[in-house]
Amino acid sequence: MDLITPEFGLFFWQTIVFLVLIFIMAKFAWRPILGAVNKREESINDALASAEEARKEMQNLKADNEQLLKEARAERDAILKEAREIKEKIIAEATEDAQKKADRIVTQAQENIKLEKQAAMTELKNHVATLSIEIAEKVIRKELSSDEKQHQMIEKMLGDVSTLN
Amino acid sequence: MIAHKSFKIIVTLTLAFALLPFLAFASADPVENETEEKFNPTDMILHHIGDSHGWHFFGKGDNSFTLPLPVILWTENGLVTFMSSEFHHDTEGEYIVEKDGMSFVNYHETIYKLEDGAETVVFDEEHHPQNASAPLDLSITKNVAAMFLTVILMIWFFFGLAGFHKKNEHAPKGFNNVLETLVLFVRDEIAKPQIGEKKYMKFMPFLLTVFFFIWITNLLGLLPGAANVTGNIAVTVSLGLFTLALIVMNGNKDYWKHVFWMPGIPTFVKPILAVVEVLGVFIKPIALMIRLFANITAGHIIILSLLGLIFILESAGVAGISVPFALFITILELLVAFLQAFIFTMLSALFIGMAVAEHEHH
Repeated sequence: MDLITPEFGLFFWQTIVFLVLIFIMAKFAWRPILGAVNKREESINDALASAEEARKEMQNLKADNEQLLKEARAERDAILKEAREIKEKIIAEATEDAQKKADRIVTQAQENIKLEKQAAMTELKNHVATLSIEIAEKVIRKELSSDEKQHQMIEKMLGDVSTLN
Repeated sequence: MIAHKSFKIIVTLTLAFALLPFLAFASADPVENETEEKFNPTDMILHHIGDSHGWHFFGKGDNSFTLPLPVILWTENGLVTFMSSEFHHDTEGEYIVEKDGMSFVNYHETIYKLEDGAETVVFDEEHHPQNASAPLDLSITKNVAAMFLTVILMIWFFFGLAGFHKKNEHAPKGFNNVLETLVLFVRDEIAKPQIGEKKYMKFMPFLLTVFFFIWITNLLGLLPGAANVTGNIAVTVSLGLFTLALIVMNGNKDYWKHVFWMPGIPTFVKPILAVVEVLGVFIKPIALMIRLFANITAGHIIILSLLGLIFILESAGVAGISVPFALFITILELLVAFLQAFIFTMLSALFIGMAVAEHEHH
């Protein structure tokens, strides 16, 4: 029966010792330990949260970079396109200009040729006229080489004039 | 690597300690044969699991090695104190200690104050003393001394861990890390799930103290010559009353309403259920008391019985079978030591959690 009859002395000591133990352990062991552990867990959680934030920021930055890259690429494409257009325009203008210049040169050349031709024709006419006058002079000189002939001539011319009247 | 090494050391030490009691028994054996006393296994077992006024290690009679402990008695004439060694290892009520004009004898670890002129305690048929009375015994018995040992160990361990945390921010290493893991085990596996995130902190000091107190005491109880503290009903009654006190002090309105006037059932059932529930309030801690007491005591009785077989059958050959069995049970007891500490703490937390739970009303 001793086995299952609680002894008061032991019960008394157990209660006192345990009560004191709870209080001193709570004050000097459990609270500092749990406090430190909680603090550490919080700092770990904070560190994890900030790491997550950094990761998100990284992602944002990456997205921003990609956006920037995309924009830059688009701008480059636009510039290239514009440049190509300008080039084509310049070529087209140059071609047109050249054509015009060529046309003008050709026209000028033709006019020049025409003028030269006319000049040449005029000169030729003059030449022919001179030549004809010289020939006529020579012929007249020859015709009028004697007085008789001169008389004949005057006669004839007078005859013509009279017939004309 | 370090953890592996220390595990090996722990296993070796455990085995060494588990084997030591057999050595103690071996030395006790020839003495008993010499005196030609018939070996009484019940007495031997009850002696080993019971409390005593001195801490006996080995030997018999005046040759025994016993640590004397203070005897503190509250008599009608005031407080009387003397060392247990003054009884000269006598537990049969034969050796009389005279103190402050009073005579005391130790009869089977109960100290009686003899009436004037009496030489020895005389019992009637119902085992009531006729010529003596038992004063209030507040002695530092073997169990109280063992309890102090646990307290010293706990203070040493956990003040060390607290000191570490005062100086360092990072997680501890080695033994402190083991302690911290166990503290976190109590917090995360026992307190938080049973009581809830909001209120668990208030009960952590009790739960941690009770867990480590029971576990360390259980383990110390497995050492040879150690006291059977957690296997003593007075100790478990005290522990159980702490749980009961916490439930009663912290039970909220909802809890008491569920005890005395259970909502949601027909009115005529309510008084019947109230009786059951009120009984339940007390049965829960009583179950805790008996479970811890019975498990630890049963473990000790099994080990002692297996070893007692050697002396009952008076054959050393039996040792070949009973020693390995006792060793196996001892190792099993290492597991039980933890398991009982865990169950006691777990159920205390569960009952407290029930008392402080916020019910959702439908």
